[in-house]
Amino acid sequence: MRSTVVSDQNDTPAGGTISSELLHSPPRVVNVGLAVFAADLDAQDVDVVHVDWRPPAGGDKDLARLLSMLTD
Amino acid sequence: MMDSMSLASAIRSANSKALEVLLQGDPVLVDVLPAENLIPELRERKILHAGPPIEWDRMCGPMRGAIAGVVVFEGWAGDLDDAADQASKGCFDFHPNHHFAAVGPMTGLTTCSQPLLVVENRTTGNRAYCTVNEGLGKVMRFGGNDESVRDRLAWIRDSLGPALGAALQSCGGIPLRPLVARGLTMGDEMHQRNVACSSLLLRELAPALASAVADHSDLSEMLAFMGSNDQFFLNIAMAMGKSIMDPVRDIELSTVVTAMTRNGTDFGIRVSGLGDEWFTAPVEMPAGLYFPGFSAVDANPDMGDSTIVETIGLGGFAMAAAPAVAGFVGAGSVAEAAGITARMREITLGEHSEWTIVNENYRGVATGIDIRLVVETGIVPTINTGIAHRQPGIGQVGAGVVKAPLACFEKALRALGERLGLS
Amino acid sequence: MSVTVNTVRAGVFLDSVVLMQISRKLTAIQGVEDAALMMATPANRDILSDAGLLEEGTMAGPGDLLVAVRAQDRAIADSTLQRAAELMERPAQRNDGAQELHPLTLRSACRQLPTANLALISVPGDYAGAEARKALRAGLNVMIFSDNVPLAEEISLKREARDLGLVVMGPDCGTAIIDGVPLAFANVVPRGDIAIVGASGTGIQEVSCLIARAGKGISHAIGVGGRDLTEAVGAISTLTALDWLERDAATHHIVLISKPPAPGVADRIVQFIRRSSKSYTVCLVGSDDLVLPDNAKLTTTLKDAAVAAANSSKGLAAVSAVQRAPAVSGYVRGLYSGGTLAAEAQAVFLSHRQPVLSNAPIPGAGLFTSQRTNHIMIDLGDDRFTRGRPHPMIDPAVRDEPILAALSDPDVGAVLLDVVIGFGAHPDPAGHLAGLLERQSRPCPVVIASVTGTDEDPQVRARQVSVLEQAGVMVAPSNADAAELALACLNTGKDP
Repeated sequence: MRSTVVSDQNDTPAGGTISSELLHSPPRVVNVGLAVFAADLDAQDVDVVHVDWRPPAGGDKDLARLLSMLTD
Repeated sequence: MMDSMSLASAIRSANSKALEVLLQGDPVLVDVLPAENLIPELRERKILHAGPPIEWDRMCGPMRGAIAGVVVFEGWAGDLDDAADQASKGCFDFHPNHHFAAVGPMTGLTTCSQPLLVVENRTTGNRAYCTVNEGLGKVMRFGGNDESVRDRLAWIRDSLGPALGAALQSCGGIPLRPLVARGLTMGDEMHQRNVACSSLLLRELAPALASAVADHSDLSEMLAFMGSNDQFFLNIAMAMGKSIMDPVRDIELSTVVTAMTRNGTDFGIRVSGLGDEWFTAPVEMPAGLYFPGFSAVDANPDMGDSTIVETIGLGGFAMAAAPAVAGFVGAGSVAEAAGITARMREITLGEHSEWTIVNENYRGVATGIDIRLVVETGIVPTINTGIAHRQPGIGQVGAGVVKAPLACFEKALRALGERLGLS
Repeated sequence: MSVTVNTVRAGVFLDSVVLMQISRKLTAIQGVEDAALMMATPANRDILSDAGLLEEGTMAGPGDLLVAVRAQDRAIADSTLQRAAELMERPAQRNDGAQELHPLTLRSACRQLPTANLALISVPGDYAGAEARKALRAGLNVMIFSDNVPLAEEISLKREARDLGLVVMGPDCGTAIIDGVPLAFANVVPRGDIAIVGASGTGIQEVSCLIARAGKGISHAIGVGGRDLTEAVGAISTLTALDWLERDAATHHIVLISKPPAPGVADRIVQFIRRSSKSYTVCLVGSDDLVLPDNAKLTTTLKDAAVAAANSSKGLAAVSAVQRAPAVSGYVRGLYSGGTLAAEAQAVFLSHRQPVLSNAPIPGAGLFTSQRTNHIMIDLGDDRFTRGRPHPMIDPAVRDEPILAALSDPDVGAVLLDVVIGFGAHPDPAGHLAGLLERQSRPCPVVIASVTGTDEDPQVRARQVSVLEQAGVMVAPSNADAAELALACLNTGKDP
């Protein structure tokens, strides 16, 4: 099987030496936004946590920007 | 100036340190001593009060009533009117308890001759102080100031205080971490609910107290006084909280809250990386259940240093440990208490290892309030509190929950941004 | 005249909070002035006395529970005491039909699900980037359903993902299937060894459903977002997906769906395919301007891509075998909820040298602005239409007005529609359409539709087809076939 993938910075992922874990098993999902997506996943017995999301800092853009600079 | 990634990671580092110091606190109730021995500045007519700094003209009714009473108690005025008059003219120096390693419930007045509980943090060596709980009903912490109030204060000063001090000295002090851990399993949360810890404390103290007090009727009076007060442990819990949080102060870049407190007018917080600055906003009104004959119109705005208890992860933060208290949370149910505790986990950085909640499979109480998380989520600390009558001297009229104002945390975050040149 | 009554329950202890809750309930009773339940300690007796609740002569000690009521008359007072007794039997604890409490942040969600490996983000575009960043830094792959994410943010996120060995699907990624699990707007299709990498959600849906109809199955479908194959983004997510699929033993064939990529990007894709050991179908809707190596085949329609990938056209019978095309004169108006389906319709028309206009024209099609006398394919999911309104796939009613306008337009001979079902879609789009058509006066233009979906979808494709047919709609086996059918109708309508 020819599977040499050139590890060129521009072409291929740097972390690409290890196959993604994403594709090997059913996804375990954190749903941020529309609740219907979490409900649909839940109905299929997929591990899903729904985040009761609201805009950071109550929608205050300045505070949200400040927060993003102070939080990792 | 650091780039964004390394700034955020430096803050993470500082907060780790802060949480570590917080969680390693080892508070021990070691003594009871006259305030002026512990805080010499009090000899100069200083009156320490609960909450962030405030002057006479902005103080609420119970605070002023209590001040008048304590001024007469200390012999600085002949009667209550004279006391109030002097106070309004600036004859006394008002300072927050917090500035002198002290805390006090409700009006929280600390003056030179009152005996103070001494809690020592054995890990870091620092001490913190709080007055002895006067009991329920017409008491100074609710603004009571008549002769009965002053007589009781005198008895505490002359009899109970020294006896407690002698007892504690002789037994080598009472470690508080395990006692509080036990209280949590028995339905206490150490703010509104202290009956288990008060009982455990009395049990531990009684033998030494009996040895220290020669007169049987004196001893009997003291035991009855402490034994009839479900909230006796509150003041000890508060001094414990202060002894744990003071070493967490002044860790550069840390966004952990080191104090939350109210004076009946303003709510104030302090943040580790922001030093001694107070970030204040108007206090909110508690929402709760009232004793017969009283209702929300009688309530005084939120007051007291007792929020130091929430600051260390107890009180409202441990409500799931005290489902009975859930009755004060609006509709009141075990699920609501669990819900509030879950919300508090959204705004804290860690969990206590020893203080755990049985109902949550022994999960540790949520500890280390982070102002960034409060601002991000809009979830503010939930506080379990007693409700005082807005008129001085009437006393407690109910109990409930109150929220810390979001504005305090937003102000603090903006201040941090400015200090770091980010705005 | 007020009446105060007390009862004493000797030796009964109830929690003070429970007592206060019961008191509150009693006080709410009509005719009750005040009520309280307290342990009869001296202090509490004083409180009750001050409140006018202590009945003279009541004997009760600190260990006894005192129930006190003051009411307008004796009858009310007594019945209130009775009620108190009932409430004390069952302490006022609310039944916990506990509403599940969801975490408020990605951070606390990850604590609840430490094994999480994918964040599905559908918050408003302004916020989606920040959430995606948090997710990547928490070690999660990301699927951004949200649109209106700035290009610069997309590039920055995809670069960070690449460095972390993760993938960003999207932005504007409506569909994905990971290890057989449909995510967001996706269909229930069988597992198989064909993977799809798509710059379009409905493109992925159509191809996956047609492959299912041909008896084959899907391993994974990875959405990369509409801009991934531009020069600016440089196909970061596409190349990551291709790389992962290369190593995926469950995948033997890959279908790549896209608009025509930028030349530099196209080269990189072709290079990758050349080095790969697997076989590929590349579908550039409406373009055949790409030279591919031997292990890859180029198609210009989604249907041809599905047929090529499945290596079979079973179940995808050509139009002429299914339907006789009725004669139609006038123009064709296509009203699409799926952008790529609108593109495919254009491709079919252009392949038959029929000029066509669109608000989202493919190469060779003209830009539609306000012309009426042309064949027109409208993408109703385009930003211009969806600003402040739900997407037509979520709310078919959004498409009602344009459909009614087309049906009553004398220049229009045939209306083309896509009907997309599956997770996320409307529970009964065919029913909605049928209801709309019922109210139409005859004669009216011929309505031709296709149903993108499978019989395993919640809406059940076969049922949707049957509802449409009963409403007089001609249902073609695929979106491409629907366009072919429309053309056939025009041909039949021409003078010989």
